[in-house]
Amino acid sequence: MTRLASGGRIDRAQTLRFSFDGTPYTGQAGDTLASALLANGVRLVGRSFKYHRPRGIWGLGAEEPNALVELREGARREPNTRATTAELFEGLAARSQNRWPSLRFDVQAVNGLFGPILSAGFYYKTFMWPASFWEKVYEPLIRRAAGLGRAPEEVDPDAYERMHAHCDVLVIGAGPAGLAAALAAARSGARVILADEDAEPGGRLLADRQEIGGLPAADWAAQVLAELAGFRDVTLLPRTTVFGAFDHGTYGAVQRVADHLATPPEGTPRQRGWTIVARRAVLAAGAVERPIAFAGNDRPGVMSAAAVRGYLNRYAVLPGRRAVVFTAGDDGWRSAADLLAAGAEVTVVEARDAVAPAIAEAARGARQILGARVAGTAGGLGLAGVTLTDGQRLPADLLAVAGGWNPLLNLSGHHGARPRWDDALLAFVPDAAPPGMAVAGAAAGRMTLAACLADGAAAGLRAAEEAGHPGQPLALPRADDEPAGLRALFHVPGRGKAFVDFQHDVTADDIALAAREGFRSVEHAKRYTTLGMATDQGRTSNVTGLAILAAATGRSIAETGTTLFRPPYTPVAIGALAGHQTGRDFRPTRRTPLHGWAAGQGASFVESGAWLRAEWYARPGERGWRDSVDREAQAVRRDVGFCDVSTLGKIEVVGPDAAALLDLVYANDIASLKPGRIRYGVMLREDGFVFDDGTCARFAPDRFLLTTTTANAARVLQHLEYAHQVLRPSLTVALLSVTDAWAQVSLAGPRARTVLGGLLPGVALGNEAFPHMSCAEVVLEGGMPARLYRLSFSGELAYEIGVPPDAAAALADRLLAAGATPYGTEALGVLRIEKGHVGGGELNGQTTAGDLGLGRMLSRRKDFIGRALAQRPALVDPARLVLVGLLAGAVLRGGSHLLAPGAPATTAHDLGHVTSACWSPHLGRMIGLALLAEGRSRIGTRIRVHDPLRGGDTEAEVVEPVFIDREGLRSRG
Amino acid sequence: MRILCPYCGDRDAAEFTTIGSAPPPRPAPDAPMAEWHAFLHLRDNPAGLHAELWQHSQGCRQWLRVMRDTRSHAVAGAEACRS
Repeated sequence: MTRLASGGRIDRAQTLRFSFDGTPYTGQAGDTLASALLANGVRLVGRSFKYHRPRGIWGLGAEEPNALVELREGARREPNTRATTAELFEGLAARSQNRWPSLRFDVQAVNGLFGPILSAGFYYKTFMWPASFWEKVYEPLIRRAAGLGRAPEEVDPDAYERMHAHCDVLVIGAGPAGLAAALAAARSGARVILADEDAEPGGRLLADRQEIGGLPAADWAAQVLAELAGFRDVTLLPRTTVFGAFDHGTYGAVQRVADHLATPPEGTPRQRGWTIVARRAVLAAGAVERPIAFAGNDRPGVMSAAAVRGYLNRYAVLPGRRAVVFTAGDDGWRSAADLLAAGAEVTVVEARDAVAPAIAEAARGARQILGARVAGTAGGLGLAGVTLTDGQRLPADLLAVAGGWNPLLNLSGHHGARPRWDDALLAFVPDAAPPGMAVAGAAAGRMTLAACLADGAAAGLRAAEEAGHPGQPLALPRADDEPAGLRALFHVPGRGKAFVDFQHDVTADDIALAAREGFRSVEHAKRYTTLGMATDQGRTSNVTGLAILAAATGRSIAETGTTLFRPPYTPVAIGALAGHQTGRDFRPTRRTPLHGWAAGQGASFVESGAWLRAEWYARPGERGWRDSVDREAQAVRRDVGFCDVSTLGKIEVVGPDAAALLDLVYANDIASLKPGRIRYGVMLREDGFVFDDGTCARFAPDRFLLTTTTANAARVLQHLEYAHQVLRPSLTVALLSVTDAWAQVSLAGPRARTVLGGLLPGVALGNEAFPHMSCAEVVLEGGMPARLYRLSFSGELAYEIGVPPDAAAALADRLLAAGATPYGTEALGVLRIEKGHVGGGELNGQTTAGDLGLGRMLSRRKDFIGRALAQRPALVDPARLVLVGLLAGAVLRGGSHLLAPGAPATTAHDLGHVTSACWSPHLGRMIGLALLAEGRSRIGTRIRVHDPLRGGDTEAEVVEPVFIDREGLRSRG
Repeated sequence: MRILCPYCGDRDAAEFTTIGSAPPPRPAPDAPMAEWHAFLHLRDNPAGLHAELWQHSQGCRQWLRVMRDTRSHAVAGAEACRS
């Protein structure tokens, strides 16, 4: 065990059991998986991506490139999780990745011997030839070798949710700068959201031994958090990563609500995706320490020196007893001092020739080697020793590397801004940020404590003021600026693999090779070597890689530039973006007012857009759906039936200019329609194709009710609004969707008038008083107001009755009691095809009114949408596919292709296709509607119906597209 | 993205639907086919300020003419088409 006897922020009273690769261990509450593994002396935690080299833990948080593990098991298995951000919980099961058969013995480690072959651009160079090998040989090979963890194969059992929030000031990061910014803004009265990705806010204040105002820094952080929690308008979001800065102050964030628990408690989501709209934002994401590239710098036991401090001070873990600290600046000396205080034996290898006496004094007790560099490491699955460039060998089980700091300015670049290289800081600092965002603290290059506090406080005050909440400057407690001297040291050249990007196994030699092969542009070199393209997005590797590229191409780092930052900052689970909108909840399900009634009558339901509609009503003794549908359709033809048609779109058009607007959107004439009458109408798109069809009922000179197809209800309303507001803004007219306000039932069949008469005693319903295509407002027996329309979709004598939704079931009961047969959408479709009315298969967006036999409806006397472009030569070409009917002896299926009998089944001979087909119980045959080239002239001939997908091949007779009552006598009867 | 609706105020773009470029004025019924063709098909695709039509479909249902910079998404203004 390497747990220190005292200190740290772990709960020593609460011991948690966990396992890694099946071996049981214990840790403490407050540990991460990484700190608990280190406390148990586990250094080897994974294998690298390409060479399968043994890897350990490098960092302390989200920057971790090496220690990626699989968490949990079964459906909750989660690959590629950083051990450094996974909070320990009782029973946690973690596994190493990318190794076979075991972590300690991995067969593919042999890849390391082929290092010279697997260099930059390996895939591009190797898998080029022969082309035929790609699909069968190369791709499966690459897929088997690629990737780290295994995704779960079961459906994610957990719930996710979405939240939307607004604030004056969003503070990203709760380290010293973020806490000061949030406090300044909160005291100014601003609405503040403070988001921090860690379980415990505080950032480096929890990891370093520093004082603020005489208090340990962590205690000061706790004090500030307590004060912030007291503000009504301050929201603290721990375990929350702000992953993207989008347009106009919109930020995306993911809150890990229950990732630190074995399973989410009942009613709690696993994660919550946030959309935060902020007037101002302060980016205080801090900085991460960068590695130095030298041979063997990836061996387990080589760690970030600042991370070592974090493990010592926050988790009370001593990662090594015999430590070498390799540093290029003052910061590494603080790690040396902390290691000494924890009882380790320490050697400092300082790249600079001299350091300030006070710094050396603070690490008194350490062996100090100045002007030196680490050239390589020794050891098998873990570090055993370090070799310096002068050949000196130092035994060591921990090598803490301090190469300088990379500000985490990622979000400042999400709108495309590239950062600026600061030669004094030896870091990229933000040059610009998205509108409304300020960058503060270490993310802006303020690398010391007092500077971070002051910068954060000023940024928070300014942000609040800009958001309309001026306040007083914060009286900051006393804090010191620690020494932060640094020299540039990115690479120690030598023999052996010196890793730059640990996660993608990109070495210093790979970058130099890319430069020699002409990939001098930073964007090209990135893609060629895959530098910074792994899940850590180059957090630790980018700057080092750029420095090596700059040196290889004889340019400065500033001249070389850097790549763009893009969202997301860290990987985001799709579930957190989808929230509840998955499966059945992907969109709301719409049920008609008669849904419950239909279910009670044994209806099956079918999805129709967002709606569920009754498909058919099975009756005892029926052997299948066809029996039910045939019975229902025949009931309408011979007696009377009723069908729920509430899903048809209904739009009220009201106002003195209502008729003028409708004349613009309908291709046929509407102005001449008399009150109390209905007209079938066709709308075109402006490009001349048919858009939608429906009925238009005129209740009064200034009041119309339109019906639309179920599918186009929303689009037709939008189209009408467009025609009014954009094309004819001077018209005085109002539009209102009343689809949900009226339940509507179609009552059809020879006995329809008799049944209706029972509901409307004393009302004259004869052809004189209420002819075909009439409408009226009526009151049903019992006092229920209703709208009555005499129109027919089935070809029979038919009425549609509209009633308020809560009266629908009572109406249906009365119709049933009067002997009418309820029928579903399937019978409705059969009746429609028998009558030759067009539906979705024919109104497919590619047909003209002429194609559908509706060409004579187009008015010649007025302007209407689509009029001009419907005259284009291609739209009036006599060779176009036009609507015909088909009669067949064998099964017809929609989508089947039409060919001249004897013609080969090739595209060149394709004459059209079947758009709708059904068994007609009325005719006792298969019938269909089809779009057929020169169809009018083929009526009376035979055609081949070819269905290669489903293996159908038959012949059909081409007929007029009306199979019943061509004169329309039944509906007028 | 946010759009300042003249009726509803500052709203998220998810509440709106767009048809892209604001079309030119609709030609007279008897205009030559070339004019109709241009009206229907020809649109500018500027790198910069772009007039677009957005409908506040989850709000006041008004069609808006929105001036948006295609490079930065900055919205310079939005006015109702009927005004």
